[in-house]
Amino acid sequence: MAEKKITKASEEQIAYAKILNIGMFLGLALIVVTFIIYMSGILSSFIPPQEIPKYWSMASKDFIHSMGAPTGWGWVAMVSKGDYLNFIGIAFLAGLTILCYLVILPILIRKKDTPYIVIAIIEVAVLVLAASGILKSGGH
Amino acid sequence: MKRAIEKIGYFKAKNNHIHGKEKKGLITKKRAFRFFFIALVFLALVLVSSSIFASTEPSPAPPPAAESQMPWWGWSITLLVSTFILGILAVLGGVGGGVLFVPLIGGFFPFHIDFVRGAGLIVALSGALAAGPGLLKRNLASLRLSLPVALIASSAAIVGAMIGLALPANLINILLGTTIIGIVIIMATAKKSDFPVVPKPDGLSQSLGIMGIYREESLDKDVEWNVHRTPTGLILFIVIGVMAGMFGLGAGWANVPVLNILMGAPLKISVATSKFLLSITDTSAAWIYLNSGAVLPMIVVPSVVGIMLGSLVGVKILARTKPKSIKWIVIVLLLFAGARALLKGLQIWK
Repeated sequence: MAEKKITKASEEQIAYAKILNIGMFLGLALIVVTFIIYMSGILSSFIPPQEIPKYWSMASKDFIHSMGAPTGWGWVAMVSKGDYLNFIGIAFLAGLTILCYLVILPILIRKKDTPYIVIAIIEVAVLVLAASGILKSGGH
Repeated sequence: MKRAIEKIGYFKAKNNHIHGKEKKGLITKKRAFRFFFIALVFLALVLVSSSIFASTEPSPAPPPAAESQMPWWGWSITLLVSTFILGILAVLGGVGGGVLFVPLIGGFFPFHIDFVRGAGLIVALSGALAAGPGLLKRNLASLRLSLPVALIASSAAIVGAMIGLALPANLINILLGTTIIGIVIIMATAKKSDFPVVPKPDGLSQSLGIMGIYREESLDKDVEWNVHRTPTGLILFIVIGVMAGMFGLGAGWANVPVLNILMGAPLKISVATSKFLLSITDTSAAWIYLNSGAVLPMIVVPSVVGIMLGSLVGVKILARTKPKSIKWIVIVLLLFAGARALLKGLQIWK
């Protein structure tokens, strides 16, 4: 690492960048395409666009209770609805970092970079926990 | 298009603090300044008209909430236009999109602060994801510096998001307004150092191998760097993470001073690493908002698209010129947005 004083990025850094680059464009494309489908009305919506202004001024907790909207990964069962179809792209972007860590983990293991192997594994665990839906807030 | 999106983050970082070779081009400073003012006036008009049309106020009670006078598509278009302008201003002013987005959209649109914060995190996340690959490949963002810091900040951001979603909207607005005013003070007064002196790297950073070397184009030489005071820095990233999650802000305004002034990373490395860090910190908080039902595609998608397109235009203007006074105008805009959030929270300006 430090002994090789070169300005080039490390192998794991390049690997991280590559997967991030591909994933970022895929995620943004998904967001735009699914939103166009939502707006076009090809798929029916859980809440029609014209009804949304009735609900967007509510706290998220009230919105969920009044509409029976899904929390956690409940949206997956509703991707046939135009509005929840958008969650595919959003969740993909939010999950991309986990994928990047999983890609660099074998490189770190091969390099026997123990502190960063541990950090990467704990980070994946933290992000998976956040993504799991266990830690959602019901607040207010 | 692909290269242009990569450039957004790079130029934002450059605009923040990096002293590279500024290109002089077709557009003069005067023209850019005029363009900036037109954008600012237009933004003011959009926000004021939004405020007038927004007859609704965040209602603590379940439906039926009062409908606004503007049709839904009018709000979507207004949001797209507003975030497009915010994207331009963010690049020219050297701030992240999230820090402008949350107080301004939360203050002048009828959306509940829960949905605004959820969208703000995804806006900041998208910007960081777009900038990340270029910054990593150029070896400006350091993965070795990022990974330990990100672990602390992303864990804290989860806690911040859960606290933020549990607190009442008025209290969040008061805290948000106070935080934004604090950010203004930091932006106006914080010192920066291109190449801080690190007399002796601390034991933790040495054992983790947090060090590097990068090509400084402006000096045409390679610059080696180390960090010190790593334990103190990591403790501060707990606070930064909590605030990022609680308010849905990108945290570049806090990341950079800690990495640069406290830990002694060169300014260019600090700015780039900070931008990349947001892609990890905001991810964990975004999941909490997503899983808690605080994400509405109708708000998120126009915002992400608007900010990204605005950033592309901002980068084109920035590549030609950068009037320094724009930074101060953005600071005034932030101050106004912070005051709006504070007064809204205190129920003085509803």
